Amino acid sequence: MTEVEVISKRFGATEVLGQISFRIAPGETLAILGPSGIGKSTLLKIVAGLDRRFEGRVARPERLAMVFQEPTLLPWRSTLQNLTLVHADLSRGAAEDMLAQVGLAGKGGFYPGQLSLGQQRRLALARAFAGRPQLLVLDEPFVSLDAELAETMLSLTESLIARARPATLLVTHARAEAERLADRMLWLGGSPARLGPEP
Amino acid sequence: MERFPVTAVSLLGLLGLWIAAAALTSDPSILPQPWSLVGPAWTEIASGKLPYHLGHTLVRVAWAFALAMGIGTVLGFVMGRCETVNRWLDPWLVVFLNLPALVLIVLCYLWIGLNETAAIVAVTLNKVPNVTTVIREGVRSFSGDLDAMATVFRMPFRRRLRHVLLPQLAPYMSAAARSGVAVIWKIVLVVEFLGRSNGIGFQIHLYFQLFDVARVLIYALSFVAVMLAVEWLVLQPWERQARRWRTA
Repeated sequence: MTEVEVISKRFGATEVLGQISFRIAPGETLAILGPSGIGKSTLLKIVAGLDRRFEGRVARPERLAMVFQEPTLLPWRSTLQNLTLVHADLSRGAAEDMLAQVGLAGKGGFYPGQLSLGQQRRLALARAFAGRPQLLVLDEPFVSLDAELAETMLSLTESLIARARPATLLVTHARAEAERLADRMLWLGGSPARLGPEP
Repeated sequence: MERFPVTAVSLLGLLGLWIAAAALTSDPSILPQPWSLVGPAWTEIASGKLPYHLGHTLVRVAWAFALAMGIGTVLGFVMGRCETVNRWLDPWLVVFLNLPALVLIVLCYLWIGLNETAAIVAVTLNKVPNVTTVIREGVRSFSGDLDAMATVFRMPFRRRLRHVLLPQLAPYMSAAARSGVAVIWKIVLVVEFLGRSNGIGFQIHLYFQLFDVARVLIYALSFVAVMLAVEWLVLQPWERQARRWRTA
């Protein structure tokens, strides 16, 4: 079970996030929607444990994975090593299998720079799922993609989530994405931002 | 490789300039022709004098280089990562960056004595601030996104260092190493000139007093030759290896 209870998050004198609390059950996908600049990324960093300077409490499971807005790969290591270096217990065979699942079979020896942007995104997805995450955090993973690529990525993510069933937190400003992936939607709004019903 | 002839032709050009200058001077005691150095150079090598002094200089350069790179990298890393440490140490860095090499050398000889330790400490102290500055800049340019990635996926420290941080630092390390060797060997010569009884700097001092331009050139060029070999046999292959992912 993932439990988030933020009392307050400030940057200097500005209070960015107010009282926010939610839970994500194992296997459930929760989408948090809101316009750009509202504090979605800030909230996400708190949930992922990247930002510990806030008032409140977060309980998250052991195995965590995240898909960032950008692929965020290690450009100096091969595609296969991008999986095996990040997940120490991942065998070579399992890593190759994971590459095949995202349509990168046989590309294990390539450097990320030799892949297309779409392939890099798929590698980032493979990296997230290769660790068999209990909590998966998706930070606007389809932003800045053209419609066709976004659709491919969306259905790939959908099928991977269906197979692995992690607790998933999706942060996005696109309602269509959220409706497609999520079991439940919450809206972030106001200043300081709080969760509420659809505005 | 396509650029090999360029290097060779470029070096030949420099040699041509030397020949032309020597012909114009037409006084071997001021600037001898390159080929007139071959005989004396062979005598110095055969007698074992040149290898002996070159060896001593190389050992000093190697020690000072290893110490300066080691200390400078650690300091630069900590200063780049931790703003508080940086605020405290930055004034020291400015002081040491601007302390003339000669002053540090003289002080080390006066305080530690005319010995090997003083020589190596003096050279190391001269180079550490430089390495620190370059590495700190490299550490400051670390990608925050990759940091976040390594944190989320809980990469252990050593794995993170080796596969996430050091590859980002590689261009800065090679820049520091390049300028490091060049500066260090020049300072080692001054250290030897002032207070050692062997090494290339000592020999240059000796032949300077004898107005023997040919031998000054022989000793200086012998080290340049060694450094070119290091550049081509060690540094460049290493860099090619480290940069492979960029060109793939």
